[in-house]
Order: sequence, then C-alpha cells, then structure tokens
Amino acid sequence: MSFINYMAREINCKLVYYGPGLCGKTTNLQYIYERTNPEAKGKMISLATETERTLFFDFLPLSLGEIRGFKTRFHLYTVPGQVFYDASRKLILKGVDGVVFVADSQIERTEANLESVENLRTNLAEQGYSLDKLPYVVQYNKRDLPNVASVEELRQMLNPTNVPDFEAVARTGVGVFDTLKAVAKLVLTELKKGG
Amino acid sequence: MINPQMVMYEEEFNQIQAVVDRLVRDANAKVVFIVDKNGQLIAAAGDIDNVDTTSLASLTAGNIAATGGMAKLLKENEFATQFHEGEKANIHIQLVGNRVILVVIFDSRSSLGLVRLRVKKASEELNHIFEALLKKVQEPGADSPFAEITDEDIDNLFND
Repeated sequence: MSFINYMAREINCKLVYYGPGLCGKTTNLQYIYERTNPEAKGKMISLATETERTLFFDFLPLSLGEIRGFKTRFHLYTVPGQVFYDASRKLILKGVDGVVFVADSQIERTEANLESVENLRTNLAEQGYSLDKLPYVVQYNKRDLPNVASVEELRQMLNPTNVPDFEAVARTGVGVFDTLKAVAKLVLTELKKGG
Repeated sequence: MINPQMVMYEEEFNQIQAVVDRLVRDANAKVVFIVDKNGQLIAAAGDIDNVDTTSLASLTAGNIAATGGMAKLLKENEFATQFHEGEKANIHIQLVGNRVILVVIFDSRSSLGLVRLRVKKASEELNHIFEALLKKVQEPGADSPFAEITDEDIDNLFND
C-alpha cells in the first residue's frame, strides 16, 4: 500500500524480495546498499541469526529522486527464505506494492524455487492479493555458478506469465539494479493507473 | 488498484502533528512518532535528530505485525499495547484504531503511568483524525497526483 504524503510531498512504496533460502535476497539488498549514494539511502537493518541467516527481515530505505515535485521513496524488504519461517513471510507481505522473486539458478535448487514461488502465491492470496495483478519481476540469480539450469528452463518453470526477468550475480552486482529499476518502474506505473 | 492508498493531506497532517507535539510535552517524552502498520513514518516530534526514525518506524511495524501474529494464534483480536523497558530508555507502543501505531520513547524524567494516561487521550484524538482522513480519501475526486505522470517522467527517474 503506497503512502502519498502531500505535506512532505513524498510517495512511499514497499518492495519485497522473495525466494528460497540462500537464493541471495539479502545479498541483493547489500549490493544496493553498498552502491547507493549516502544521501539516497537510510540505514540497512538485518534481523538475522548468529549465522547470518535472515530471521525476520532485512530493511533498506531508498530515495529514487523526484517525479513532478514528489520525492519517491522505496522501502526494500527481504523475507526469511527458510521454509519454517512462513508466519514471518506472511507478515512482511502486508501492504506490499511490488515483488521481486529471486530464484537460485542451481539445478539442485529447482524444487526449492518452485516451492517458494508457490508459497508466494499462496501467502499473497491469503491477504487478498493476486501475484498476477501485482507489479512483479523475476531474477535468476547465481548465473556464475557451474551447475545452473538454463534461463529457458527457469523461465518455463518460474515465469509462466512472462513478467520482466533478469539474469543476475548478486554477489558482484550483475543484474541487481536492473531488477530493482524494473520493479520500481512497474510500481510507479501501477500508481499512475490507480490514480 | 489492488491496494487502497494511504494519503496524507496538509490539514490532517497539521492536526496529527499538533497531537504528537503536545504528547511530547504532556508525557515528558523524548520522542513521539506515528507509523502506519506497513512501517511508513507519518509524523514525529521531540528529539528526533538523534534517532533514526525511518529504521525505528520499520522495526515498530515489524514488531506490531509479529505481536499481531501471536495474538491471532491465541485467538485474540490484537495486543494493542506493548512496553519495553531499558536501562535508560523505555518504549511504549500503542496500536490506534488498528490502523496506526503511536510510539513514545521516554526516560527517567517520565513514568509509565503518566505515559499511559497521556497516550490514552492522544489515541482517541488520533483515532478521530484518521477516521476523518480515511473518509476523505475515499471520496470521489480525491485523485492521486500520480495520475498525471507520464511514462517519460518514470523513465527520467532512472536515467543515471
């Protein structure tokens, strides 16, 4: 649910990075954090376990610039990917304006990807959203690893509706900003439609 | 549009800010702020230069969401009040009208009793303001400023 503040002349939107455990959601946010000008970002918060697994969420506030005198601010969240944190994932989806699904391209993670995308659909539906109507992009991460499925295969499995999708290596930043820009653009376009 | 938008106008913002400003004084608080349930900061007052209100807003909303999840499991409607006591700072968190969250940070210059009392009154006032705001947003003709933007405007944002 975007928040338009006429007083502060700003618009705030919420983006959620979803995907199976260890697919690179937090790594996406870390890269964005590292490569963004200090004045355009707030503090990145990670609620993680001692072994650096996301426990509840990561949070990164970003300013993207102005549109017609309104500052556009995006709040980026990740969900905990591990299967048993489902209750937390549901909470983080509340009020979401756009979703990035980060897939792990490794062949052995095929099932985890499928399970996670299905879980995303179910959790959104529980809150009255439909994945098919929400601004949504897919990222095929870890393209640098040797044992990866082809993009065609991944697309067939994970992106049947043909939303914008990107190949990425989040660790080095390949595709990270392309993904972010694509989903931010879709969210703004949706706002325009909804006006 | 799938999501109803939260909108804040100048008139209501000033009313809310007045309540928040007064609460800082009446409760002897360090900081008071209001967050929506999605973690967006709506208003803040007090010693806000020394706290990261954006981060606090997001964590408060996460906290309320998690507590709400627990309430649901226990077949409770909600846990409307939370209090965290630290060595120096304390945080009082109050859900207002199940819509927004009122957060008061205070130290030994105040007390939980005083904060509770003042929060109760402020919550009632805030509830009225947010109810009126909600009605206003739902009125026809309350257009989003984003209806006017063009694809070009959006593209320009990303030309760097």
